[in-house]
This record gives sequence, structure tokens and C-alpha cells, in this order.
Amino acid sequence: MAEVAPAEVGHGDAHDDHHEESFWSKYVFSTDHKIIGFQYMFTGMAMALIGGYFAYVFRMQLAFPGSSIPFWGTLSPAAYNSLVTNHGTIMIFWVAMPVLIAAMGNFCIPLMIGCDDMVFPRINRLSYQIFLLSAIILIVSFFVPGGGFGGAWTSYPPLSAKAEYNSTPFGAPLWLIAVTLEIVAFLLGGINFITTTMNARAKGMKIYDIPMLVWMIVIASILFMCSVGPLVAGAVMLLFDQTLGTSFFDAAAGGDPVLWQHLFWFFGHPEVYVVLLPAMGIVAEVVCVFARKKLFAYKLILFSSIGLGILSFFVWAHHQFISGVDPRATYLFTTTTLLISIPVAIMLFAFIATLYGGSIRFSTAMLFALAFIAEFLLGGVTGIWLGSSGVDIYLHDTYFVLAHFHYTFVPIAIIAVFAAVYHWFPKMFGRMMNETWGKIHFWGTVISFNGIFIPLFILGSAGQHRRIYNFQNFPDLAGQNMQDMRVFATMCLVLMLAFQVIFIVNFIVSLKRGEKAGRNPWNATTLEWITESPPPHGNFGLTMPEVYRGPYEYSVEGREKDYWPQNEKPEPEKI
Amino acid sequence: MFEFLDKFMPGVLESLIPRASEFAIQIDVLFDVITLLVGFWFVLVLGYFFYLVFRYRHREGRKAEYVTGETHKQKQAIEIPHFLILACDIAIIIPTFVVWYNVKIEVPPPDEEVRIVAQQWAWTFYHAGEDEILGTDDDIVSINELHVKENTQYTYHLESRDVMHSFSVPVFRLKQDAVPGRVITGHFKPILTGEWDIQCAEMCGVAHGIMGARIFIKSEEEHKVWLAANTPIDRGASLLAVTSEEEITESKENRNNG
Repeated sequence: MAEVAPAEVGHGDAHDDHHEESFWSKYVFSTDHKIIGFQYMFTGMAMALIGGYFAYVFRMQLAFPGSSIPFWGTLSPAAYNSLVTNHGTIMIFWVAMPVLIAAMGNFCIPLMIGCDDMVFPRINRLSYQIFLLSAIILIVSFFVPGGGFGGAWTSYPPLSAKAEYNSTPFGAPLWLIAVTLEIVAFLLGGINFITTTMNARAKGMKIYDIPMLVWMIVIASILFMCSVGPLVAGAVMLLFDQTLGTSFFDAAAGGDPVLWQHLFWFFGHPEVYVVLLPAMGIVAEVVCVFARKKLFAYKLILFSSIGLGILSFFVWAHHQFISGVDPRATYLFTTTTLLISIPVAIMLFAFIATLYGGSIRFSTAMLFALAFIAEFLLGGVTGIWLGSSGVDIYLHDTYFVLAHFHYTFVPIAIIAVFAAVYHWFPKMFGRMMNETWGKIHFWGTVISFNGIFIPLFILGSAGQHRRIYNFQNFPDLAGQNMQDMRVFATMCLVLMLAFQVIFIVNFIVSLKRGEKAGRNPWNATTLEWITESPPPHGNFGLTMPEVYRGPYEYSVEGREKDYWPQNEKPEPEKI
Repeated sequence: MFEFLDKFMPGVLESLIPRASEFAIQIDVLFDVITLLVGFWFVLVLGYFFYLVFRYRHREGRKAEYVTGETHKQKQAIEIPHFLILACDIAIIIPTFVVWYNVKIEVPPPDEEVRIVAQQWAWTFYHAGEDEILGTDDDIVSINELHVKENTQYTYHLESRDVMHSFSVPVFRLKQDAVPGRVITGHFKPILTGEWDIQCAEMCGVAHGIMGARIFIKSEEEHKVWLAANTPIDRGASLLAVTSEEEITESKENRNNG
């Protein structure tokens, strides 16, 4: 496979169809991969606003318990649980997944591998429509009698299985249906990403000429497809328990509530890497462009990510060390969990080594990419405490866990996504974003992000548990020092949200008034930069690109320009 | 061994929360071992990262180098640290196994037993009475108050009546999920007298946020005073969790069989 250039699938025949279309068929029912990418991106960003608003409300409650919260009012315990639950659900399933995999995959894969569209454009359109439906169902579930589901995003039965326990007779099934539909949407999207990359690459693009971002999305899609089966099965069983009175997870009737935890986390842990890998891919692209360097050890990164994916199927029970599974099982899961630090470390080391000998330009995209490396490093290493089952006895379900996974998910779903937006905005919309405002947005976001979660590490180490509505009910946690830290974290959250206003304004103003970008504003080498900005329907016009070299040929010795695009014909004497 | 190691450790957790059980020191020392090993790597890598970012910032007239990372020598830049990380992983895994075995697998022969029943949203504790045997007529039942003696080896039997709960005593460094349909056994030995929080650590419904209790650790004599004040068994106190004699005996038999 490595030596055979793939056939030109979908070339030629499609171009006659790429004509001018009405607004509805162009933007709403489009089968164009770029438009579907935008649909996912904007839906994801809108959901991120909802998730961020939820975080604001429950953090305000924790900082100022019982007081009236601006833009909400007084928060009841049931509403608090529902906000916490749906914040987690939204940020993972409706923000990280659509923006990182679906938006980046849809927009970047065909452009980066040099083809005119996904191989199954209608499946692609269906994928987004199901996704949108799932988002609508989730939002509807907040307003049904009994309110939105409040049993935590992990949805452990028997709490989630019976309305008499969770008091949300409609919220709980709707939440479950929404999550299941969202998963169906991503299965459809994943088919496209894998098939397109394997079959529709530009002439001459060999297996190691594929840009790292495309590889990462493909590996993530494979991981997702392999891990999601048990969750869908579990979700159907749980839905039957909720609505038809079956008892798959009811111990009194012969079921086993811990079974759900296995099904959920067998999916749930690979899911972390499903969103991590595209973020790593984004960082690889951005770092290479702005350090003017070839990616360090391309194959090592690629094989590490495959190894990471395989290993990620054998770590799930580290979420269940104290959940009543056989205590001897933890020996295996502690070992695999700590070993998974190695492929992740190799990837981060390779990114850091890419900086060596570079000529680093601190554009906003690069600042976000560098921040990803630094912040994710802290998120990654704090996982070692938790992966060690002995320490996890104490830290399990505390704010230490919460701070740990926010130090992984915020770099993934916020910081890397901003790197991607600032980097590809010129290609997406044909105009540059304002760099000064971009840098203000960067510093505001990253500093306040650390301000939120570093205090939470300390609170967690002091024994503060998650999902508690009001810590004043616990004398050991009601001290003034601890409350001050909570107030500080909440203030930093408000600040971080406020800085996003700068981003939104910058985004909208740049759409209209930004400087014209031209085809290749960053002097990058990959194929998406050789076409117009924004790319026309069909991407590359009449001549599809042909590939002669790898994706990261920057600063090649003996060449005048410091970048060598993948499609540039080699000079005759070098052949 | 842990007492010895503890002398050289930063004592991160102990500075935040007292150690009130015998095995707490093991978890604290393990936490500190990881803090030192991981902290070393974190500072080293982050420091080197910032050095590179500063050293190779863009300057006029200097071109970036062309480094593939594919030659043997360049790959060593990653391979050598990767073996060092593996060594650190093993250095963490071995004490982890020891601590886990001591805390969660081996149950030392108990001086006394206590039965803990979780439900939405209260804890019921069944203490042995003056005869120091659980499941007899002089048992003392209390809601949201666990009374234990200092320097006494306890075995607990944890149950849930409805949904998942988690029995967490931060000062003991103890946490165990309560699973409906199961009786989960574990142990602790209090070494300090005082009064601290018990929290439910697993989302258990609307009032999860107030599902706390208090643990009272007393000396032998003070505990006897408390026993005397509450004997004979006070069924009136157990309004939330009325349990018949048969149920107690039954669950005790199950325990013995299982």
C-alpha cells in the first residue's frame, strides 16, 4: 500500500456539477465538505456558549452559595446537578467531538489530501443533520417536566435507570437518546474520513506523505468506531430499563449496575484519545508552519499514536478502581495506565524537538499551539497520580480529578481549537484575523484558565469532592481559606468567558473587514494552501494537485525559499 | 518502610488534611513519591520547552535548520527519555501495588466491625454494642454519625439500598463505592481522636450535595461513655432505615458465606 499512489477517485466527473446554487442548497442542505465543516464548527461553538454559561452558573453557586446569580437567579440543588451533568455532556459530545473531529475533518481532510469532496457526500450531510437533531433533543430535555437529567455525565444506574431515583422522568431518556444519536452521527462521519483518506488522495501522495492532522483524525475515527459499540448497546439497555421496565442494571432483579460502568468506560477512555489525537494533529501542523521546521520523527509520532490507540482499550477500569470491581484487577489497569504515558510523552517530545533549530514566529495560532503543549503536559502528568490505584483511593472523585481532566480537555477542545481557527481562518473565509486582538485573547484565555484550575488541584488534594451543591454543608470544607480559593477560581472563569467576547468580535469583524489573505498567507507546504481562499466548490478548480514530497519540507538546505510545497514539481536535474 | 520514607518527603497531603488512619501514611508517601518523580520530569521538560521557544525565536537573517528526526542519533533524543520514563513508571507501579494490597486487598483481623448502609440521602451506621459483636441485640444504630474507637482495627461492611453511593472519609484516605446488591468489606484503623467529615463521593441524586455525615473518633473510655448513653439499641433513631433482626442476621450470614 505504501508504494502505490491511490487512484484519482471522484476527479473529473464531479466538476460539472459544481455550479452556483441557492442559499438553501448552498448553506443548509449542502453536500460540500467545507460547508458541512462550517455547520459543525458553528453548531459546536454555539453549544460551547451554552456549556460555558452552565459553568458560569454553577461556579457562581459554589463561590457565593445560595445567593441570586446574575442571568439565572437562585439555583436549586436539582438544577445544579442538571447543569453540572449537561456541562460535561455538552463539552465532550457537542463541542470537542464536532469541532475537533467533524469540523476539522470535514474542512481539512479533502483539502489536505487534494481531492474535491468526501467520497460519500450525502452520508456526510446526513451525519450533520442527525447531529443537529441530537443537539435539539438535548436542549429540549432541559425544558421538559422534571427538568434536565442530573445524574452526572457518566449516568451511572440505578440512579439513571429509574425516575423514582433521579426525579427526571423525561430528562433522563431524552439525554440518553440525544447522546446515542450524536454517536450515530459520528459513526457516519467517521466512515467518510477513513474512506476518503484511504481512497481519494491526490496523485503521488504516499502513505507517509499524508499530513499528520489527517492521520490523527483517521486514527481517532477508527478508535471511535471500535470503542463505541459497547456504549450504544449499553445505552439501549439503559433506555429499556428507563422506559420498558427491563432490569439489565437492577441488582434486585438480577442485573448488575457495575456492568454499565464497564460499557461506558470501555468507550469513555478511548474517547479521550479520540479528541486528543486531532488536537495533536492541529498542533503538529501549526508548530511546523511557524517554526519553519520539518516535523521531528514523523513515523515515530504516527506509530506512537497507533500504539496509544491500541493501549487505550486496556485502561478503562482506572475509572473504577474503587467502584466495587475485583480489587485485583487494578494491578493490570494501573500498569497499562502508567504505560500509556509513554506514547503520549513521545508525541509531546517530538513536538518539542521540532522547535529545536527552528525560527519561531509567535503568531496567535502558534501561541495557542505552544500553550497546548505546556498545558497539556500538566494535564498529562497529573494523570500519573490518578493512574496509581493507591493514590486514587484518596483522589478519586475529588476536585483533583476534575482539575486533571480539565487540564487535558481545555487544551484539547479550547486551546488547540483556537490554534486551528486562527491558523485556518484565512483559508476558510479568505481574510486574516486581527493578530493584536488575537494575542490579547490568547493571554486572557490562557492565564485565566490556569487561574481556574490550579486552586482546584489544591482543593481536591484537601479532600473536596465533585458535584457537591454547597460546600458549606461540610464543616471540614467550609473554612474561609477554601472558600477564598473557590471565589478566585470563579472569578477567573468569569474573566476567561469575558475574553471570549474579544474572540467573537474579532471573528465577526475579520469576516467582513479582515485583510485579504491570498492563497498562502503563512507560506505553508500542505495542499490546502495552494488553492484559492476560500476554496471554491470542488476545491482545486480544473487541475487537481499532484504530490511530489512529504508535507513538512520547510527550510530545506540549498533552496532559496524556506518552504517547498507538496505539489511543486521537482527541478529537472534533481529527478 | 513508609514511616522511614516519610521523613524525606515533602508531605503535601499532610499539610492540607490530617492523617487519622493507620494506612493514610502509605497513601501520603505514595503521593509524595509521585510528586517528586513527576515533578522532576515536569519541570525539566517545561524548562527545556521554554528554553527552546526563547532560543529559537525568529530573528532576521537566521534560517531554520533542516532536521528530519529520522536518523538514529536524532531518534535517541526521544528514545533515551522514553526509557527513563519507563523506569519512573516502574518505580511508581511497584509501591502502588504494595499500597493497594495493604489498603484494599488484605483485610486484617478486626477488633470490631461496623455496618454501613447508604441510601438516598443518608448514612445509617450499625455499631457493635458493649459486647463488641455486630449483629446482636445491643447494637447501636445511628444516622449520619459514625462513632469509632482510637487504635482499634475495624472491618466495615458497606451496602446500598438504592443507587450507587461512595463512602469517603478524607482524613482516613478511605473511599469505597456502595453498590446495590452487594456487601463490600474493607478496613480502617483510626489513630487520631477528633471529629471529621464523611462525604458521599458518587452522584446519587438531587440531594447528593448534602449527603454528608460526621465521624467521631474517641478514646476507649469516651467511647464507653457514648455506648452507655445509647444502650440499649435505640430503634427510634433509625427512622430512615428500619431494619429487622432477620435482615441483620441474614446479611451477616451472606457475608460469612461469601
